[in-house]
Amino acid sequence: MTAPRLLHPGAWWLWAVGLAACALRTTNPVLLCLIIAVTGWVVVSRRTDVPWSRSFASFLRLGLIVIAVRLVFQILFGVRIPGTTLFSIPEVTLPSWAAGVSLGGPVTLESLMAALYQGLRLATVLACFGAATSLCSPYRMLRALPTVLYEAGVAVTVAFTFAPQAIVASRQVREARRLRGRSDRGFRAWSASALPVLEGALDRAVALAASMDSRGYGRRGGASVSQRRRSVGLVLAGLVAIAIGSYGLLDPGAPTMFRIPALAVGVAALVGSLAASGRSTERTRYRPDPWVKPEWIVSLAGLIALASFVLAGRISDALTPSTNPLEVPAVPLVAVVGLLVATLPSWFAPTPPTLATVSTSMAVAA
Amino acid sequence: MIRFEHVTITYPEAESPTLVDVSFEVPEGELCLVVGVTGSGKSTLLRAVNGLVPRFSGGVLAGSVIIDGKSTADLPPRDLADVVGVVGQDPAAGFVTDYVEDELAYAMENLGVAPEVMRRRVEDILDLLGLHEIRHRPLASLSGGQQQRVAIGAVLTAGPRVLVLDEPTSALDPAAAEEVLAALTRLVHDLGITVLIAEHRLERVVQYADRIVMVPGDGRPVTMGTPAEVFGQSSVAPPVVELGRLAGWSPLPLSVRDARRLAGPLRERLAEVELSAFRRTPSMVGEVIAVTDGLQASYGPVTALRGINLQFRAGEVVALMGRNGAGKSTLLNHLVGLREADSGTVRVMGAEPHRLSAHDVVRIAGLVPQDSGVLLYHDTVAAECSASDRDAGLVAGTTRSVLDQIVPDIKATAHPRDLSEGQRLGLALSIVLASEPPLLLLDEPTRGLDYGAKQRLVEVLGRLAAEGRAVVIATHDVEVVAAVADRCVVLAEGEVVSDGSARDVVIHSPVFAPQVAKVLAPLSLLTVREVELALAAAGDLPFS
Repeated sequence: MTAPRLLHPGAWWLWAVGLAACALRTTNPVLLCLIIAVTGWVVVSRRTDVPWSRSFASFLRLGLIVIAVRLVFQILFGVRIPGTTLFSIPEVTLPSWAAGVSLGGPVTLESLMAALYQGLRLATVLACFGAATSLCSPYRMLRALPTVLYEAGVAVTVAFTFAPQAIVASRQVREARRLRGRSDRGFRAWSASALPVLEGALDRAVALAASMDSRGYGRRGGASVSQRRRSVGLVLAGLVAIAIGSYGLLDPGAPTMFRIPALAVGVAALVGSLAASGRSTERTRYRPDPWVKPEWIVSLAGLIALASFVLAGRISDALTPSTNPLEVPAVPLVAVVGLLVATLPSWFAPTPPTLATVSTSMAVAA
Repeated sequence: MIRFEHVTITYPEAESPTLVDVSFEVPEGELCLVVGVTGSGKSTLLRAVNGLVPRFSGGVLAGSVIIDGKSTADLPPRDLADVVGVVGQDPAAGFVTDYVEDELAYAMENLGVAPEVMRRRVEDILDLLGLHEIRHRPLASLSGGQQQRVAIGAVLTAGPRVLVLDEPTSALDPAAAEEVLAALTRLVHDLGITVLIAEHRLERVVQYADRIVMVPGDGRPVTMGTPAEVFGQSSVAPPVVELGRLAGWSPLPLSVRDARRLAGPLRERLAEVELSAFRRTPSMVGEVIAVTDGLQASYGPVTALRGINLQFRAGEVVALMGRNGAGKSTLLNHLVGLREADSGTVRVMGAEPHRLSAHDVVRIAGLVPQDSGVLLYHDTVAAECSASDRDAGLVAGTTRSVLDQIVPDIKATAHPRDLSEGQRLGLALSIVLASEPPLLLLDEPTRGLDYGAKQRLVEVLGRLAAEGRAVVIATHDVEVVAAVADRCVVLAEGEVVSDGSARDVVIHSPVFAPQVAKVLAPLSLLTVREVELALAAAGDLPFS
């Protein structure tokens, strides 16, 4: 048993991104539920004491909302898939320029199942993101980011902390609604509090960015204005290329050019920006997070799960079970084994320091 | 060290500039206090020092701000990090990491300080601010005073020559405030750091200030002077200064110590008067409105309340006092049904609030939370009022008429965000009061209020109690407790440690005694108003 410490944030994110990529490769509801179970299990066994660690449940709830919205859209506007008709809603005939969009009509079991699978897939990706946020605070991830991303400064801060801040803000708005005597249930309550939650989260994220900036985040150091412009340009180009590349990797249907080549271009641009800024944005680390055995195990666990899904996709088409005709999804053994590997962090990652262990170590020191 | 030259700041979409033609200079090594009514632009002025205004706020800054010879027009805040350290109003909102040590090191990491130097400076700052015992703790587990000290330490490690603090003690209990102020004076005296500080609780800081920047906020120019000069004419002054004015002392005393030296004759004169007649008498108390019986509550592993037995009666104003984290807010949340007890019961008008629907709870208990702005989320005051009528199922116009009684002159079209702190509190209070709850709870209502706004709040609360409500305020503000509370309950570590008449509780406590009581001890007078009445009765001084 190793001493309590925090795992390198990069390891948790690699693990979570690996599982999210698995989710994007399948619509098999059994596998998707398994992925959610794996993330939940690891979160429960290795989360920290900091406020973000309770955000996993909120992400799960958000996932449920996503599924519900997906189903409602399918019922109202979805493409009509023939099959077992469950019920019908009045069909509206749209003008010819809206061809391809349908409104109303018969709702079939097949179409609902297809929508459910897709909604579940998105919910699973959200669960993976929630797991990463619960297991390592977004702040730690921000600090571990490669130096080049510092150029994107405020944008990066807001991007990384917006979701967790929104969770904090939503708790506050829910309490405020109760104090004003409004009901806190139902769709109306939810939609009426959306705006204040978003506003609150954005305010918090910007306040954080201001605090980071006034403490030297993204300092120019000795770089000249033209060096800085060049490096910012390269960072933006690199980020766009990486975004395209990751999309290509995650979506099996994307053209080949959008995959590895786009990623390579992106990484090259980011490395180039380092050179362009004259290495003047060098920072130091107070207590660098080590990358040792547990980090390797956690990150590899995520990547092995992803590899098992790629393999399963090659072997059979069980990753995308048919909904027309509807059939009971088969469960590919390779993918299940991969997901079992993804549970390894709950044994091999070090336990995070908790308030209790910090206090006892203090007592011992005293 | 800090030089403002003809600075005019206009926010986007604002009708008029927030600050007009401000010029002043703070020499190196001084502690300079920024004073003004709420909404006068103090925070704007402070945030302009390192360029957060206008770079993060939007708007236009005309003129120039020069720090240590560098203009904020040329350098963004990040490049001034080793010159100016800024600590905002809410330290927790500015934390970038989750643990104390990491937070202290963060600025140095950005500056690229060598690891060995970093280790040494972190140790120095831990010692300087007395943080070594909590160095490994998560930031979220710290008390308010500890968080504030960590936030100060986190900007100090970068080695700035200037420290800017926006209301560093307004959220703190008296003892924690002393802790922070002691650390600040040490920085000024030992390290020669220039400090610019805004604070409403003048009674806490004025004695440490070398100079005062007065921001009137009503179009008059910003002025600068020594404390005695400024308070000679300012309407904003701590109780000890007001007492000095009343008694005609010269020079005006700024600390309790100064005042006590001058107060001998006043004490003798007052000793001859029968004082009990001039004390504010407790209002008539009526039936029991709320009862807690063995109330226990916890947040995860942390116990917040341990067996609280209290009663609140109609017509009394009860002050809940105690350290940050003593359980005051938790108790209020239970009384309004936001939380469910682990064991024990809470009953308000015979009902258990957490079992009631939101719609029913507001009719028996209303809470104005610490940041009253969270209750407001409409675009205009009129929309807030009509939404409030609708939510509580009241006749249209009810909330507005309550508001008119509390703060008469609020424009219906104003955006709640543009209101002053006092007006915003008034609006939140009227929304809560509209459904006429017999139990009214306020969490730290005086945070961010200037003396004038506090005085109005005191009057409103007194009136509400006289109408037969039970009013409970959780507060650190001893001056407000002295002015309005009938009864005072002190909590510590989730237990009631004292419960009695406010006069007895505060006067015998070295921490909670208001300034007037400290100056005039052993006489049992709490406020300048009481002294004024007593003197008038003695026929000594010509008072209106």
